[in-house]
Amino acid sequence: MGMPAMVNRTAASGAGAGSPRRSLAAAGPRYGERLVQLLLGACAAFSVAVTAGIVLSLLSGTVDFFREVPIGDFLFGTEWAPSFADARFGVLPIVVGTLNIVFWSLAVAVPVGLASAIYLSEYAPRRVRRAVKPMLEILEGIPTVAIGLWALVFLRPLAEDVFPFLPWNTPTSVGVAGVAVGLLIVPLVASISDDAMRAVPAGLREGAYALGAGKMRVSLRVVFPAAISGVVAAIVLAVSRAVGETMVVLMAAGARPSLTVDPTDSVQTMTAYIGQTATGDIATGTVDYYTLFAVGALLFLLTLGMNMLAIRLVRRFREVYE
Amino acid sequence: MVSEKPPRTARTRLAVAGARAATNGALGTRSRRRAVAEAMFPAVLLLGLGFAVAGLASMIIWMLIEGTPRFDAGLFTNPPSRLFPEEAGYRPAILGTLYVIGGVIALIVPLGVGAAVYLEEYADSSRWFNRMFELNIQNLAGVPSIVFGILGLAFIARGPLSLGFVAAAGSITVAMLVLPTVIIAAREAIRAVPSSIREGSLALGATQWQTIWRQVLPASLSGIITGVILAVARAIGEAAPLLLVGATFFVTSDPHFFEGSYTTLPTQIYTWARQPQEELRVLAAAGILVMLALVLAMNSFAIWLRNRYEQRW
Repeated sequence: MGMPAMVNRTAASGAGAGSPRRSLAAAGPRYGERLVQLLLGACAAFSVAVTAGIVLSLLSGTVDFFREVPIGDFLFGTEWAPSFADARFGVLPIVVGTLNIVFWSLAVAVPVGLASAIYLSEYAPRRVRRAVKPMLEILEGIPTVAIGLWALVFLRPLAEDVFPFLPWNTPTSVGVAGVAVGLLIVPLVASISDDAMRAVPAGLREGAYALGAGKMRVSLRVVFPAAISGVVAAIVLAVSRAVGETMVVLMAAGARPSLTVDPTDSVQTMTAYIGQTATGDIATGTVDYYTLFAVGALLFLLTLGMNMLAIRLVRRFREVYE
Repeated sequence: MVSEKPPRTARTRLAVAGARAATNGALGTRSRRRAVAEAMFPAVLLLGLGFAVAGLASMIIWMLIEGTPRFDAGLFTNPPSRLFPEEAGYRPAILGTLYVIGGVIALIVPLGVGAAVYLEEYADSSRWFNRMFELNIQNLAGVPSIVFGILGLAFIARGPLSLGFVAAAGSITVAMLVLPTVIIAAREAIRAVPSSIREGSLALGATQWQTIWRQVLPASLSGIITGVILAVARAIGEAAPLLLVGATFFVTSDPHFFEGSYTTLPTQIYTWARQPQEELRVLAAAGILVMLALVLAMNSFAIWLRNRYEQRW
């Protein structure tokens, strides 16, 4: 590269001028180095371009959507039927569908994930830990289509056998889909909470043990409160994942927008609406097409808010103990 | 002498609260019940962990039982067919997935590693745009995958790039989705290289880029590869964004990268799973076995690689 030239020049300036001090800075401009830095900076900037692309595409479609549909009808309407002849654009039913999924998934993921995290960080012998951690990572890596099919064909009939007294009228149900989504986010809750609990200094535990507390008290009254910001961050991220999860709800929760709280009912979520509409033939420039963007923008804003909150919380527990 | 109160930080507050709670417990009258609770607690925790493991196990066992009857050579070599589900296979879908994944790897390795090197080795975190890059990547990692599908639909398949609904469009869409994963993993690997190695190289007269290329990158290679494999494994199973960029066509001939319709393994599985016929669901389960085998093999390899080459400096 530019090496020989540089060596010559330093030698020349050192001998010729006879100056008492030699500069340690590069003798000449290193264009190659500058170019590399520029290229690498461009790679980092690309991710900003992706975000900008997301925001721009959502924004332009959403603006077109609100030209046709009043914003109040969209946000507060209680009927969702965008592709009917008599179209209705009240987004509440699919938001409620998403909230149903979030509720059932957290009902599974919070107790299971936190129990796993406390066990792994406070109780598990090293051998168990080393066996269980990869297992959770494998669960995290299972494609969501697989979980969706399992929920639809295995879990749904199982739920009917276990709770025969409930009114199972539809082949899809929000409760079952929610439980499957919950299982999907257990690894997320467990691994972030586990990290937060392991970041709690041993001194706090030892202090409590020295005063005669048992392991359960130490876990619940000392470690858990000390790690609370990490635990909350894990739960916020889990909510965000559940809100954004598409394939499982598309396959197992159904496609009927309704304002229901019945776990056996089928519902449509925001993500399922996008997935379902996009799968069929859809012409550009129709209200149907722009509806995708409006729902996508709502989804993006919801998850963005939650992710920002989680990033703050994680930063806080890092600052306190590291 | 007046005893000054120590500053009450979060740590001391917690320690005091813990200590108080602990002493109350030891001196209280309910210590017997407490001992029982102490003994029961790990069992309760294990129950939670057991639930997760049972869910995972039932999922894998069910797939095996459901999909094995159709797990034959035809599954890999035959085109899909609604009329003859016993004969139908995943040939175009498997090829489509290979195309998409090939494109993903070609994009995420230079872009992801380049961004990670820049952020770890060059970026001055006091500059506002470097802090923005950082926050942006963290946020991008949390954007729902279907939103990337909308980006793909509006920007890549249509709009500015206008590639059409082809495998290349799916490839770019999925690459953008998994890019943050690669950047975050590569950054961690680069950060783990001790600064003494950099300083030694710089002291011997190497330039910054020479130091990075000959010292830092080789030392962090296993971590970077682990990150790339995990990202690719995720990309293989990703169906949601592909729904919006055309991967749901019924394709019976082999796909191409830049032209013609395509389908992928996860979207083809989704298409079969939506059909009411029992045979097609079995076919979907068999397809999941193929995908699961691929994804689990890659994940296990990545985890092994990480544990094997995890360097302690």
